[in-house]
Amino acid sequence: MAVVTTRATHRRAVARSRWRGPKVAPLFFLAPWLAGITLFFAYPLAMTVYLSFTSYTMLDRPEPVGLRNYVYMFTEDPRLWQAVGNTGWFIAVMVPAQVLFALGAALVLTRIKSGAGFFRTVFYLPSLAPPVAATVAFVFLFNPATGPVNQVLAAVGVEGPLWFSDPAWAKPGLVLLALWGSGNLIVILLAALLDVPAELHEAAAIDGASSRQRFVHVTLPSIAPVLLFAVVTGVIGALQYFTQAVVAGSVASGSADITPSAQSPGPPEGSTLTLPYWLFVQGFQRFNMGYACALAVMLFLVSLAFIAVLLRRRSGFAGSAA
Amino acid sequence: MKRTLVWIARHCIAIALAVAFVLPMAFIALTALMPDQQAMTSALWPASWEWSNLLTVFDRAPVLTWLVNTVVYATLATALTLLSSVPAAYALARYRFRGRNAALLLVVAIMLLPPQVLVIPMYLVWADMKLTGTIWPLVLPMLFGDAFAIFLLRQFLLTIPQEYANAARIDGCGELRVLLKVILPLMRPAIAAVGLFTFFYAWNDYYGPLIYVSERPENWTLSLGLASFKTVHAVQWNLTMAATLIVMAPLIITFFLAQKAFIEGVTLTGVKG
Repeated sequence: MAVVTTRATHRRAVARSRWRGPKVAPLFFLAPWLAGITLFFAYPLAMTVYLSFTSYTMLDRPEPVGLRNYVYMFTEDPRLWQAVGNTGWFIAVMVPAQVLFALGAALVLTRIKSGAGFFRTVFYLPSLAPPVAATVAFVFLFNPATGPVNQVLAAVGVEGPLWFSDPAWAKPGLVLLALWGSGNLIVILLAALLDVPAELHEAAAIDGASSRQRFVHVTLPSIAPVLLFAVVTGVIGALQYFTQAVVAGSVASGSADITPSAQSPGPPEGSTLTLPYWLFVQGFQRFNMGYACALAVMLFLVSLAFIAVLLRRRSGFAGSAA
Repeated sequence: MKRTLVWIARHCIAIALAVAFVLPMAFIALTALMPDQQAMTSALWPASWEWSNLLTVFDRAPVLTWLVNTVVYATLATALTLLSSVPAAYALARYRFRGRNAALLLVVAIMLLPPQVLVIPMYLVWADMKLTGTIWPLVLPMLFGDAFAIFLLRQFLLTIPQEYANAARIDGCGELRVLLKVILPLMRPAIAAVGLFTFFYAWNDYYGPLIYVSERPENWTLSLGLASFKTVHAVQWNLTMAATLIVMAPLIITFFLAQKAFIEGVTLTGVKG
């Protein structure tokens, strides 16, 4: 009886809400955001595309130049391929390293019975360090002369590299920085691992599956959506990787400015020059606004491809209705 | 026997990882408290504990100004984001209307889009309005809803049973009162998490202030200031690390005060949906 009453009440409520609120209310609640996407998304996106076909230095009006920016980008830009290569390196190395490391750490946490909360807090805490502060600290920790890391390495008989002063070691140093700050991902993956139904594991164990087989056939498929989320958001993070690269380069090279070096961007020897870094140099230091917009369009197209992958696979993002 | 060994191995790995996570922090703190002459050597342990370094930092650079600017930026950004994002998230979670799925797709796409894609036209607009050099270009857009906040709040709203709102409607509440009197109190944990994330995001932000604020040093934030600190104080690693500690400390203290809201919020970003 009680059930019936609630149902009826519910139906009446639905009918009522259809009749009065829903036409105007959602529009009212969404109005600021709709204005926002026009002002801060649609307009600048259209302008980025438009300016990418112009030459514009903020002094004169934008002058249409057709495809010249794009032709320059692919045939003449002396730094573009280095920037693309570095950004590609971060996607290919930093993202998998971070996901695998976080998965490993999360797996360890699932097996710990005593002090799990303590370990989770310790793993998570460094990810709160502001990127600039963390990067400055890492340049110190890894400084070749007096830094603790190379001293520890020397103590065990290994001669440490020059890290952020060596073009070959600057990016690996940044990967270590990223691993130190992967606490967010650890917590997300830990939650996903704990969500895997225990019955599945038990059933597989009864069927004689080894722990490795259970990991491959039970755990991995269950957490696959979260892993995909981690990889795609990681790739998108790598595409906009800027702060740590700029700060590590300028602090290690002792540059006297807070802004990235315009003359020799990405110290040492361009090894930390990423695509967004190059866009910043072109747009805000050399004031080649038109060309910087062409770089932004390329960045947009690549990002969009990855965003599309995520949205297609995780239709739940948009589909799961109330 | 084998079980015991596996148990020991697991805990050893966990402890090794924990040490790896903690050591950088420990070295930062130890160096920050070293005397000047020692900070240039390879010593790892302070010969004497110079707590005054933490105060000296405020004399050497306008850290207090940066701190105030950062607090203003982060507070305004948080307040405006919540104010504008809660109603939008509510509309996307609780009403059916044409174009809702498209709007949801747009929220996620904008959330993931690198800010660099749109930064040049935005900079030109703010420069036209003579607002570059101030924090307004960083704060005003928050009046119009933040995609990440909307996404997260909506995820949470989906877990609140619809019945609460319907009961209030039967009692004669209008849609706005339903949101304010019924839904808002239930949303407290999500609002706490999103508020903390937004505050931390603004506190940590380097790209935004670099683009819009860097031309006027009196409006610098901590992130901008800290990036310049080492170059101004060439080899004084102890003061640089002390400044780093000062930038990190408020976040870490906040975390310990609000740990639960944090972990729940982080979990919400990745799992649901």
